[in-house]
Amino acid sequence: MKYLARKFGMLIFTLFVSMSINFFLPRLMPGDPAKALMDRMEGVEAEKLESVRAAFGLDTKDSLPVQYGKYLLNTVKGDLGISLSRFPMPVSSVLASALPWTIGLMGLCTIIGFSIGTLLGIWAAWKRQTKLASFTVGFFTFIRSFPYFWLGLFLIYIFSFKLKVFPLGGAFSVDQTRGSAGWWLSVVQHGILPAFTITLSSIGAWLLMMRNNMINVLAEEFITLAIAKGLPMQRIRLMYAARNAILPSVTGFAMSFGFIVGGGLITEMVFAYPGMGYMLYQAVNAKDYPLMQAIFLIIAASVLVANFLADIAIMLLDPRVRDGAK
Amino acid sequence: MIRDFFKTLIKNKKSLSGLVLLGFFILVALFAPLLAPYPPKTDRVEHTTLLEENKGDPEVLSEETEGQNREKSVYTVTITQKYEKTTEYFPTRAKPSKDHILGTNHAGNDLFSQIIMGTRVSLFVGLATGLFVTFISLSLALLSGYLGGILDDVISFVTNVFLVIPGLPLMIVIGTYVPMHGVLPIILILSLTSWPYPTRLLRSQVLTLKNRDFVRASKMIGERTSFLIFREILPNMISIVMSEFFTVSLSAILGEATLEFIGVGNITVVSWGTILYWAQANGAILMGAWWWFLPPGLLIALTGTAFVLINFGIDEISNPRLRKR
Repeated sequence: MKYLARKFGMLIFTLFVSMSINFFLPRLMPGDPAKALMDRMEGVEAEKLESVRAAFGLDTKDSLPVQYGKYLLNTVKGDLGISLSRFPMPVSSVLASALPWTIGLMGLCTIIGFSIGTLLGIWAAWKRQTKLASFTVGFFTFIRSFPYFWLGLFLIYIFSFKLKVFPLGGAFSVDQTRGSAGWWLSVVQHGILPAFTITLSSIGAWLLMMRNNMINVLAEEFITLAIAKGLPMQRIRLMYAARNAILPSVTGFAMSFGFIVGGGLITEMVFAYPGMGYMLYQAVNAKDYPLMQAIFLIIAASVLVANFLADIAIMLLDPRVRDGAK
Repeated sequence: MIRDFFKTLIKNKKSLSGLVLLGFFILVALFAPLLAPYPPKTDRVEHTTLLEENKGDPEVLSEETEGQNREKSVYTVTITQKYEKTTEYFPTRAKPSKDHILGTNHAGNDLFSQIIMGTRVSLFVGLATGLFVTFISLSLALLSGYLGGILDDVISFVTNVFLVIPGLPLMIVIGTYVPMHGVLPIILILSLTSWPYPTRLLRSQVLTLKNRDFVRASKMIGERTSFLIFREILPNMISIVMSEFFTVSLSAILGEATLEFIGVGNITVVSWGTILYWAQANGAILMGAWWWFLPPGLLIALTGTAFVLINFGIDEISNPRLRKR
């Protein structure tokens, strides 16, 4: 229980730090923050300016600690201010429209990427003397060193521009009525390329992690013993080696769920996919500070919560941590 | 000891090819102005030729005799020079041709020259961030790992907090606020988000080494702390420190390109990231201008591959199990 309480305390504190970064960042800019903000937003109507000032607590004559307290309270209550670029929509409803797209796309890709990567890792470790295995490892390592927004650009060029197989961007066809079969088909059509980009670039990490762990386990003596006993190779590979090597990958998998919200940022930007990433891109270009900061906060919060859940999972799975926690 | 480390690196096939590749990029960066056919931000070539030069007759202003063997005169001569200047503007958004082997961009700048000059910025940002972060995290790791106590608690706590705050969105938010002059802000932003992981990794390595018998023995016979840290612990950390350096440099190069691509960096600097930014902003894909957006990405990937290969070598040297039988 002490272990859990400590982890929970850490979660709350880190959330608090993230919120504080959001609060102090505009105030750390040289000069008067309100004026600096206004300078950056040329040609903004007075009405909007007022809401900026309100959102940042810059209009009040309160002292800094009071502003800080109010900000923290509002954030905890879910009041993230008003979006500037979609004035007068509250930031929270802008986010609500973007979240399902991101979660749908990234959730699927995380599961697919993990499964393919881990299976390939097992195979690459088992057959590591073969040329094909070295080539596969090399190929995915090379893919990993690409900036993956660029991978997206490349795929758009090949499949959307040259071959015209997939649409250029967006998440659904605007000609179809929302919810109809044709609309769902267009959702799938629009999703394939971004999903492929994200999956392709994430396989490498899972593959390498599993392969290296697997190679370490294969060198253990109980594997030699199992081979000497004459057990079937298939059984040794999966039940003896892979089972022991997969623990770090499982932890990584649990943690990667935190990146579902924030992991596909750049890919969404390239494909104009209306999730959190594309929203952030628009917010950055429109200098929509409240929206931008809220997106950062949501991403941070989801990563932190997923880490916390991963910690719980480790506690349940790993007897050493479990016993130490008593 | 660093020389010994590099000697072992050269013996490994993977890290050798990585070092050669990295060396090639460093050479290109160093000699970039000589290799680039045009200045990266010019959109024209100007030729000036002197056609004729007319010298007028001297017009004497004053003449005087100084002593017996010396005379002094002041006079003016008018010289008229006739020049011919031809200005040839580069075509904009041009396809690759003899004059511009990778074509030109929307402003008529030669893309090949931009790519060459961009090597400088991308490599510099990557290596500078790598060096800076390695220095900071190694110092923190030694302080907290070796000295322990309250200092260790504080450093570990702060590291753990910043470790889990997601880096990319934080970089984007900070980058939008900070005014971008030159490349220094982007190096600082990249460093700010990449120090926690190496710090934690190096700290645990310091902890392990600190309790090894040979370090304990030296401590027992009364060696000074500085001797223990710099002569006993550090030399045994070289491979992990170098591997962190290359990892951070790789992620810094990718991070810089990403930030610049979405327009958060300084878009007036010529780097691989900004070339991609302008390509995207001008719809290079819809024009089918592969020569505009393919090369920068490929070069980023090649640089990254160089770092990864070096790290593969380091891994194989320090973990013999990964070597092929």
